Amino acid sequence: MKAWLGLLQPGDWGVLLLGAAAVAMSFSVLWAGGKAERAVIRLDGRVVAEYPLAAAQRYTVTGPLGDTVIEIAPGRARVLSDPGPRQYCVQQGWLTRPNAIAICAPNHVSLSLAGRDPSHDSLNY
Amino acid sequence: MTASTTKPPPEAPAAPPPPPRGGEKFLGRPGEFLELKVTDTDRRIARYAAAAIALTVAEAALPSPLPGVKPGLANIVVLIVLWRHGWREAAWVSLLRVVAGSLLVGQFLAPGFFLGLTGALASLAALALAARLPRRWFGPVTASVLAAFAHIGGQLLLARLWLVPHDGVFYLVPVFGTSALVFGIVNGLIAARLLKEPT
Repeated sequence: MKAWLGLLQPGDWGVLLLGAAAVAMSFSVLWAGGKAERAVIRLDGRVVAEYPLAAAQRYTVTGPLGDTVIEIAPGRARVLSDPGPRQYCVQQGWLTRPNAIAICAPNHVSLSLAGRDPSHDSLNY
Repeated sequence: MTASTTKPPPEAPAAPPPPPRGGEKFLGRPGEFLELKVTDTDRRIARYAAAAIALTVAEAALPSPLPGVKPGLANIVVLIVLWRHGWREAAWVSLLRVVAGSLLVGQFLAPGFFLGLTGALASLAALALAARLPRRWFGPVTASVLAAFAHIGGQLLLARLWLVPHDGVFYLVPVFGTSALVFGIVNGLIAARLLKEPT
């Protein structure tokens, strides 16, 4: 190992550090698009509330079956409770990725996360 | 002895001239041949290129997680040639490697061939710059890393312009950049190690 490191000259170290920094920067610049920024709450397809994913808070939206409670936390959001019979949107848990969506169909409520730019929510092959 | 016996007899001057033999070039006038000179440089380039082609073929057998992520072992040979004999010979070895290697793995003129050729040209441009750096400070590892980044940069550019006309290809830059850095360092170290061996 030491013999191999001895093959590196001073300038080589500089080039290695610059290269590593460039690669690290490419990760943060090109792969940062996957950050959710806002929670969008809809009732009957209309946007009823939009919150930044910054401070923790709760929002209650009343649909035909009753109250759906949305919980917002820094960087994520979830449906805390819903009057629907099967609780799919509650069991989805925390949403963290942009364009992720939890739909409480019986109560006509949906919670989705929005990122910097609108994109696909999933891909199928 | 045999040459004189196969010559047409003098009483038949209309006989056609003997066909050109291997290694000689027929100039059009009967009885005159030009020997194609093979210099020591030619032989050396051929030897190095053969080593590089062997590494390319061996590497083609390795599974790759993503097209484009490859060790690029043939570049070790190119680096050694650059260090010992200069950029011109390194360019010969590199381009012969691309053409002959693609013929052997059946990729000649396929998209992969053009990607490899673009990568090789880009890394040769980088090596031309790296060869001008003072050797006291910069060793083969610098040349290898710069060439690896140029290689992947050229390939991504061609892929963006031609094969995948969408900015989505740049999503893969971090992956390719990481592999270029790692394999650039490894190849550079191997080349530096081999250059230390007595010739």
